[in-house]
Amino acid sequence: MKIDRRSFLALSVGGTVGTALTPLPWKIQDDLAIWTQMWPWTPDPLDGENTFTHTVSTLCRGGCGVTVRKVGDRVVKIEGREDYPTNQGGVCNLCASGMQMLYGPTRIPHPIKRVGDRGAGQWARISWEEALSMVAEQLGEIRQAGQPETVACLSSRKYGSVAELLKRFLTAYGSPNFMVTPSMMDAYDMTLKRMHGVDGRMGFDLENADYVLSFGSGLIEGWGNTAYMIHTNSVWKERKATVKQIEPRLSNTAAKSDQWIPVTPGTEAILALGIAYVIIKESLYDYDFVNNFSTGFEEFRSAVLSGYSPGNVAKQTGVDQSTIVTLAREFARARRPMALCGRGQGTVPGGLGESVAVHALNALVGNINRPGGVWAMPRPAVDGWAAPALDASAQAGLAKPRLDGAGSAAFPFAEQLFNRVPEALATGSPYPLKALFVYEANPLFSTPGAAKVREAFDQIPFIVSFASHMDETAMAADLILPNHAHLERWEDVPDTSGFHQPMIGLVQPVVEPIRDTMHTGDALLRLAAALGGTMAASMPWENYKACLQEGLASRWSQLEADGFWIDNRYRPDTWSLAFPTPSGKFDFGVAGSDLKALFAPAQPEGDDGSYNLKLIPYDSVRIPNGPVGSPPFLVKIVSDTVLKGNDLFVEVNPETAKAAGFVEGDHAVLKTPLGSATVRVHLSDGLMPGLVAIPRGLGHTAFDGYLAEKGINANDLIGSVEDAASGLDAAWGILASLVKA
Amino acid sequence: MSKVDDTKHVAADGQEKVPTASETGGPIILFFMIGLALSLVVGWVIFPKLLYSQKKQPIDFNHVQHMELVDDGCESCHFFRDDGSFSGAPTLAQCIDCHEEVQSDTENEIRFVEEYVQKNREVPWLVYSKQPQCVYFSHVAHVKMGNMDCVTCHGHIGESTELPVYEQNRISLYSRNIWGKNIGGFKKNTWDRMKMDDCAECHVKEGVRQASVQTGKGGCFVCHK
Repeated sequence: MKIDRRSFLALSVGGTVGTALTPLPWKIQDDLAIWTQMWPWTPDPLDGENTFTHTVSTLCRGGCGVTVRKVGDRVVKIEGREDYPTNQGGVCNLCASGMQMLYGPTRIPHPIKRVGDRGAGQWARISWEEALSMVAEQLGEIRQAGQPETVACLSSRKYGSVAELLKRFLTAYGSPNFMVTPSMMDAYDMTLKRMHGVDGRMGFDLENADYVLSFGSGLIEGWGNTAYMIHTNSVWKERKATVKQIEPRLSNTAAKSDQWIPVTPGTEAILALGIAYVIIKESLYDYDFVNNFSTGFEEFRSAVLSGYSPGNVAKQTGVDQSTIVTLAREFARARRPMALCGRGQGTVPGGLGESVAVHALNALVGNINRPGGVWAMPRPAVDGWAAPALDASAQAGLAKPRLDGAGSAAFPFAEQLFNRVPEALATGSPYPLKALFVYEANPLFSTPGAAKVREAFDQIPFIVSFASHMDETAMAADLILPNHAHLERWEDVPDTSGFHQPMIGLVQPVVEPIRDTMHTGDALLRLAAALGGTMAASMPWENYKACLQEGLASRWSQLEADGFWIDNRYRPDTWSLAFPTPSGKFDFGVAGSDLKALFAPAQPEGDDGSYNLKLIPYDSVRIPNGPVGSPPFLVKIVSDTVLKGNDLFVEVNPETAKAAGFVEGDHAVLKTPLGSATVRVHLSDGLMPGLVAIPRGLGHTAFDGYLAEKGINANDLIGSVEDAASGLDAAWGILASLVKA
Repeated sequence: MSKVDDTKHVAADGQEKVPTASETGGPIILFFMIGLALSLVVGWVIFPKLLYSQKKQPIDFNHVQHMELVDDGCESCHFFRDDGSFSGAPTLAQCIDCHEEVQSDTENEIRFVEEYVQKNREVPWLVYSKQPQCVYFSHVAHVKMGNMDCVTCHGHIGESTELPVYEQNRISLYSRNIWGKNIGGFKKNTWDRMKMDDCAECHVKEGVRQASVQTGKGGCFVCHK
């Protein structure tokens, strides 16, 4: 038998025919198809019993009730809690991504101390005992030296038991320097204090308003409580309420409003006064309120009538005279009109004059403490604790002026002015800081003029951070005592987002702490115990939960049962009782201020004539710009006309771009008196000519590879401008130039 | 002259004998048959052996013994949760109800208590009928609403005294029970296979509504993610 080529051919033909008669080819095809569903990166949802826990998310300022779904011990989904009074089932994208903040790689897993240069990222793990005794030792020495006022604390939250505990710790220690990161609520609080005489907070009965005049507030983009505002916007649409958005850029809020009124940045207060002019001139104001329940109206009237005629205002603001008149008439004739301020998400307070001018509109139409109006609200209080015990050392320290000048003769109505701290530390006046606690704040990233804050922090020899995640400020700390993540702890969250009913939400642990972290409340109690004396006596609780329970007193049982406490029968005082000012009336004269000076717009810094444009920051609901950076889910939803790869796009009007020779996508150098950065140009008809708009919240240097080095930080290019009347940061933007890269 | 030229020459002459079909056909058919037979053996016998790896369950489990002790049949351990979801393989928490202490002196029982109960570790059971991730399958729709019994899909596992060896497809990584023991996909019983065709066969036979309850439309996403 001869074996040749044909034999092999026959063998393979036979093999092929045979194979086709077996399941092999079909089975392999089927298996390969299924194999393609088994990529290691394909999410594989856990199977098991679902459990649901109610808590409150503290990642953003909204403080929304959330329902967390777990499979076993693993958090798999965070959704808005349906029966929560504010968000009513909604949740913002940051809080919905909260699992990534719980399980992500940016968590600080245990206490660490710096071993290399500051900011170099060289850390050594230490035990909790060692970490706490390091802090106690430092604080003990400073107190021993009779300088307790040189210890300060910066918190992102003003209310709630942890903020109160930090404040109490400082008080018992002898420091007046408890500070809170600035926000529009500072300006509102001050306005309330000066015009109403109320030491409280502003509340807005938003759903019942039928005509909303928003002076740049990002109503559906993170102003107030994001989820509640989106719900409110739907209510407005259903009830056919009118929303007029006044701002230089066509934001999403402007796009969804009934009318977008572009205004020259920084002149919003002037426009408000122009509207007031028409209301006064045409006698459209509420006679009853103005004549019977207000004081200082004559001063206000003459200040407005002498400088804010529509013609004059039109020149300064770029808004037509006819529009000003129409807005004034519509506003005054609406049943429940409401004027709001706080640019974007309200992370910069703005000047007091702006807040007063806008609030004066509410007062002119008498929509104060009435349905659909602006309400004076009591401050959320942790009132179950006895007053702290103060020894002589504490009393001496507390008698010293605050570092930021708040409450001084120059700024008597200010409570905190963190924006003034960099300068105080640069000059060493009134005194330098020896130690700083940072609680859930990221000032090195989120404060305008971040470079100055960084320089100021370099002056502080001992910085202790309680951060849960490695943010920019934690990177610059000497010691990190990581707090439990937001889903691992107890905490109370009083609503301070402008909701019109007093409310407290309860943060409850959803999972056991997965890292070697400690609740900041417990860390403070242990520190106080280590310091002994009146410090220990002022903070006697066994643990934070006991202290929380005692602080919330009678509200605790409802909080524990329902997860929130609300006073839904709350109604503000009627006009005759509402204004505890010296006159007992609403004060248009703003406590005897020089109104002309009060309403003078903030001048941008560094005007040396070399800048032909104005740079304004804008806030986006897709880009968190508070203490928490974007988790990966959120970075993915930023449009590529905002961020492409690591390139940040600034918006420029096509007319302005054409004059400078830019086309879409061009690289450019954006320069301001504070610095310069390379950006790319995105043409947008939704921005007034002569402006450049930059998103706030990008350009992190810390966190993880999903976020770090993406874009540039607007706060490196835009600084803060001190409002002479209040000390608040009144900056609306900065002068800038944009040249080809 | 070259050999090639010689051959051509001879052929052209027609003087030499040209091989007939019967002379070459034999070996060709033989080789064809060998190829055929080998590939059939490979495809039907060797391939299935190579395709599946064999895994032993972490703990052997005697269904019969447990069935005698419980009142509610399969649902005593494989129950429906309050939200209608199906619990599947029992978790350690259920086992601990009885097995907090060692119940007998068998090696299996001692190992179970020492390795899992005392260390509070879940038993990593290998699930024979785990469907691919892209499939929506609701037990409650079949068992409670469709009144089907467990045996229809899972066979007589409840009558076994030991757990069968788990065979895992090396390519798709799923259990062999989905495709079925028979590599050709032939089945005698309803529980022999759990592929899409098997779902469809029963759905067609029973006249199950093939459209989505929500949209009223049919299509892939009624059953697939």
